[in-house]
Amino acid sequence: MGYVAVRGGSKAVENAEKLVEYFRIKGESSLLDIEAVKDQFRLGIDKIMSEGSLYDRDLAAAALKQSEGDKIEASFLLRAFRATKPRAYYSTIEKTNEMRILRRISAAFKDVPGGQILGPTRDYTTRLIDYKLFNEDREAVNKFKEEFLEEINNKSEDELESRPEFPKVIDLLKEEGLLIHNDEKKKQIKPDTDITRDGLDFPASRSAALQVMARGETGGMITLAYSTMRGYGNIHPVLGELRVGYLPLKINHPEKDEEVVLGEVLVTEAEVISQEFSDNEDQDMPVFTVGYGICFGHNEEKAIAMAVLDRSMAADSSDAPAEDQEFVLSHIDGIEAAGFTAHWKLPHYVTFQSVLDRIRKSQAEGRVKDE
Amino acid sequence: MMRNYKNKILTVKGLSKFFGERCPECIDKTGPEYNTNQCPVCSTIVACADISFDVYEGEILGIVGESGSGKTTISRSLYFEEEASSGEMYLNNYDPALNIFELSLQKKRTLRNKMLGMVYQNPHQGLRLNFTAGGNIAEKILSGGHYHVGKIREKASYLLDRSEISVKRMDDFPKNFSGGMQQRVQIAKAIANDPEIVFMDEVSSGLDVSVQARVLDLIKQLQRDLNMTMLVVSHDLGVIRLLTDRTIVVKNGRIVEKGLTDQILEDPQHEYTQLLVNSLL
Amino acid sequence: MNKNFGEEKKFNFGFLDENSKREIRRKLLKAAALPGYQVPFASRELPIARGWGTGGLQITMSIIGEDDIIKVIDQGSDDVVNAVNLRNLIARTTGVETTLKTEEATIIQTRHRIPEKNMTSDQILVLQVPYPEPLRRVEPSEEISRQMHAEKDYSLAWLDLYERVVKWGEITIGSQYPVMVNGRYIMSPSPIPRWDIPKLNNADTLYLFGAGREKRIYAVPPYTDVKPLEFEDYHFRVENFDGKRCLFCGSTDSYLDEVYDSESGEKYYVCSDSAYCRERIKNDEEL
Repeated sequence: MGYVAVRGGSKAVENAEKLVEYFRIKGESSLLDIEAVKDQFRLGIDKIMSEGSLYDRDLAAAALKQSEGDKIEASFLLRAFRATKPRAYYSTIEKTNEMRILRRISAAFKDVPGGQILGPTRDYTTRLIDYKLFNEDREAVNKFKEEFLEEINNKSEDELESRPEFPKVIDLLKEEGLLIHNDEKKKQIKPDTDITRDGLDFPASRSAALQVMARGETGGMITLAYSTMRGYGNIHPVLGELRVGYLPLKINHPEKDEEVVLGEVLVTEAEVISQEFSDNEDQDMPVFTVGYGICFGHNEEKAIAMAVLDRSMAADSSDAPAEDQEFVLSHIDGIEAAGFTAHWKLPHYVTFQSVLDRIRKSQAEGRVKDE
Repeated sequence: MMRNYKNKILTVKGLSKFFGERCPECIDKTGPEYNTNQCPVCSTIVACADISFDVYEGEILGIVGESGSGKTTISRSLYFEEEASSGEMYLNNYDPALNIFELSLQKKRTLRNKMLGMVYQNPHQGLRLNFTAGGNIAEKILSGGHYHVGKIREKASYLLDRSEISVKRMDDFPKNFSGGMQQRVQIAKAIANDPEIVFMDEVSSGLDVSVQARVLDLIKQLQRDLNMTMLVVSHDLGVIRLLTDRTIVVKNGRIVEKGLTDQILEDPQHEYTQLLVNSLL
Repeated sequence: MNKNFGEEKKFNFGFLDENSKREIRRKLLKAAALPGYQVPFASRELPIARGWGTGGLQITMSIIGEDDIIKVIDQGSDDVVNAVNLRNLIARTTGVETTLKTEEATIIQTRHRIPEKNMTSDQILVLQVPYPEPLRRVEPSEEISRQMHAEKDYSLAWLDLYERVVKWGEITIGSQYPVMVNGRYIMSPSPIPRWDIPKLNNADTLYLFGAGREKRIYAVPPYTDVKPLEFEDYHFRVENFDGKRCLFCGSTDSYLDEVYDSESGEKYYVCSDSAYCRERIKNDEEL
């Protein structure tokens, strides 16, 4: 009988979980080593840490393995774990000039002090599938590694020791007076709230907006940023600077009057210069405005999207969706968006029954009128 | 119809509105003598300062001035679209001793819904274009706390008819109406709750001249038949001449002249008023 | 690597850390002091997805104590998959007793239904809410809807109802019917059917509402006025089950689910509240 079958709730759930586990390991392949996931899915791990809002490579690797490669599911695992942790400290404000640079480019100038450092990037590769990966040879890999390291070590001591200075491109523009000064004062990123403790109110402060975006889902943010570039909005961005590197994580010592360095975090930072003229009355001349983006790990598209959205949300108009701060910030959290999209799979028959009742009544009355 | 000048409906005292940081020089260094609204010392805009007047039952009071004169700021402050920086507002039939500007947001909203009406220059501001014409009028009546569908519909019908709109269009959407018709729906909506006073802010300015005349005629007619009290804001002396009994002339946020409309048009005293009158075709 | 992934991590009582629970309890107190007012809170993530009851769960986890007895229902039933899942999670992270009997529970967490049996002043009902904002249907912006609540300016909400009556001859809202609480705030009662709305008015029990994804908490304390919005000439009406009865217990005065038999394809009706139905059957058998 139908009614009896519905009672099998717990058993059904148990079986579903067994099925999922079976699907994960039913192949004949060797079980993934967490270290392998960590090393060879570097960028996936970075995305998960960023969207899970928790900087822990090991946990991110475990989450990626557990979710069978589902990035949002993995970020969800990290977020849930994060929710069990108390807030112990807040880091001191970082000057990103202190970043230990891996990659640093600027599209605004042909060359900049410190130089254009490409670093590890696929940007210039031709997108052809590498069939060697089907049969990767351990020996060949080792040989490549050896030769590459030898190449580096053959550089002179001086070459190795000399690390150039990397002043911020934005600072160069500021010195020339090309950026809005008031913009700095009014929209200085003061950490005035913690969205994980204080909740989010609209209109949101810039600090709150950046926090939401820092943990936002890459795809959703790219979509919205893309819309402004294509004309649903007014941002014509130029990438002032993109940096990927290690930032020292510092806190104030809880008892002594000194800073303590806890370690390093890998971040991607983007500063986008927008070619809109500020309509600030205090400025006699047109200047540039800056959008800022930063996230955990190596995730360039997200940082750039974040910077573009930072700018578009600050626009005076809000006709385009990406200019509407409430619209952007309410919809870019991957865990929320995916969770709610998925929730439609839950039974809704009680509410459906209620709607059926309404429609049936209206129809019945309609028929009566016709008769 | 006898106008009872003894019954004050609205009293405004010292209404001022500033945009900016303000400094002690703001008031002294702005106004018609200086030909500016902006304080030379701190750049604060003095949208209006020290505005005082009364409106009597059954009269139409006009406020005339050019853009930037402060006339729209005045009506917006009295309708709580803007918060006055200082001043007092009294509605005699609500409480002659209570300064309404000091009421809570909630009380102001209730008061506005029940006792005030506003017709905007742009129908998009006063109407919800995604709701029917009847619905728009219903909204005003609902906001006053009346919840009987049949009676609301009846009244909406009646008001549409009075505003020369076919009752058949009651369930149509104003976004498909002509500009003049949209204004007439706005007017019907504004008077739906039998308000103490109706504010009209450049109601005919966006319309063709021929359409303007029809709207203005309607206003005059309604006012006569229903003995309505109105505050009409306009830059157009022609509109002022047609509609109003008394007029206030504003320039750079200050009142420069007030009096009976006929007298002001016949014998303007202030040089600015003279300028306005002389340019009247 | 110092991490020992072999061991099951030990949870804090109620999964959330104590500070989180404290914030939620404070917000609950504020909510109870302002019946129907949506209190914002910094909603935490939980091991179940957003949209699947994290708001209700956060409330339950914050108020539950060792001596509490918990029941969880979804669409009125305690043996459907989602209810079972949540019940297990609560039990696993608190160790409290669980029950399927309405009258035995001290806390009932529910999705989309209020139990048929009258709840007492010793019980608390925690409701899961997907859309806390009753004005969202007519006003998409949070900033504007908050202003409307602050100014008690509900003309747009009434206008929506009015237009439905004009168009369809009745207030065509199925579930999530808007109610006026304590004469001050319009509130969404969560997607419970109209059938359950009268239970909110002047009740013995405390009702707590949690929207995790939208980050809002609200409450209806006992003996509060809760009135569905209606017109003088078009009244609020519950669902009509005339001529229908529960196939198992014969009830004609409970909310019924319409079911298509998985084998025969025939349509029949069954009590939505599974505990209520079971008890009726049991009483019948005893007679």
